[in-house]
Amino acid sequence: MFKIFTDFADWLTYSIFGLSPDSKLGDAAHFFIEDVSKIYVLLIVMIYVIALLRASLNIEAVRDYLAGKHRGVGYLMGSAFGAITPFCSCSSIPIFLGFTSAGIPVGITMAFLITSPLINEVAILLLMSLLGWKFTLLYVVIGMSVGILGGVFLDMIKAQRWLQSFAAKALQQAQASSETPNSPQSIASLSLTDRHRFAITESMEIFARVWIWVIVGVGIGAALHGFVPEGWINANLGEGQWWSVPAAVLLGIPLYSNATGVIPVMESLITKGLPVGTALAFCMSTVAASFPEFILLKQVMQWKLLAILFVMLLIAFTIVGWIFNAFIPFI
Amino acid sequence: MKNILVLGSGCVKCTKTAEAIEKIAGELDVNVSVTKETNPQVIMRYGVMSTPAVVINDKLIHSGSIPHRENVINWLQQE
Repeated sequence: MFKIFTDFADWLTYSIFGLSPDSKLGDAAHFFIEDVSKIYVLLIVMIYVIALLRASLNIEAVRDYLAGKHRGVGYLMGSAFGAITPFCSCSSIPIFLGFTSAGIPVGITMAFLITSPLINEVAILLLMSLLGWKFTLLYVVIGMSVGILGGVFLDMIKAQRWLQSFAAKALQQAQASSETPNSPQSIASLSLTDRHRFAITESMEIFARVWIWVIVGVGIGAALHGFVPEGWINANLGEGQWWSVPAAVLLGIPLYSNATGVIPVMESLITKGLPVGTALAFCMSTVAASFPEFILLKQVMQWKLLAILFVMLLIAFTIVGWIFNAFIPFI
Repeated sequence: MKNILVLGSGCVKCTKTAEAIEKIAGELDVNVSVTKETNPQVIMRYGVMSTPAVVINDKLIHSGSIPHRENVINWLQQE
């Protein structure tokens, strides 16, 4: 199914640009053309199809669903909804406050917000096409586990103590009253035309947001692919280098990217021999632990909670990396 | 005169929404005052979770996207 993109890249790189398949530049250009064309076509088609199915799922419905849930189920569903509900990072504050003022515990809200950047349809699509379904499944399970366990931990340490006072007050008021929040809009059932219109808008919007990340991500991946010598990564950052995982996590912090940009880099690193756990840790840290996002959260959280959250994520990603590196030879 | 609030944490879409409403109001010759509201406490008070959202004369009428042109015309022409 994906062979057409390889053929296309062969034709463009070797026949049109006249590059040699044996040269480093030819190798990098081929990698770049194949991946970018494949990712763009998949993105446009799949986002449309997924948006068609997802048109009636909105964040208000998710909130109303989570508001009535027992905690155990709440963490799981919070994380699951985080995975399937897309939102722009500029909506994370309104969502946090919307959930909080509906009386949803901080841990469940955070399970949603931690999982959301890690797992989304674009990330899954890229992982499937670049690294295969087994890796994708593993990634989803791990991403959700980090969200769920992170949420449980935040509730265990009573994280609501360190919210900004207006948010804490909204949470208390909502938990004291048993009223369910009223949705501002009634949720009408959608006709096929509505769904189509939504899906078109959604595909264009997501594509407009991520196309540049694909170029950047695949560009870096292609450079690594063409110019880092075979065996170099394995020799210097390979198995047995326990410190490479926390180093990868730390390196991911100042790098701000979404999953779309970092997954092609990860693919390239793994094919170059970087252990899977180290690559995963790097990817998760880049996507979920970034300063711009954390500064936004300052509006609703005190510094102490922000710091706890940050350290918690870094430790979680490091542990994920170590576990993967230890067990991947047996899978 | 309609008081219009565009709720949102300052992302591009919110700015575009405010600009679109002002432009259409100008075309229709409707007297409006458009304000962008970025304070999370105010956004919370309207129960909005997906931005940009539009509030006209203190009533929430839209949230989650840049509104379609025909919707804006509709809102502006309602009394």
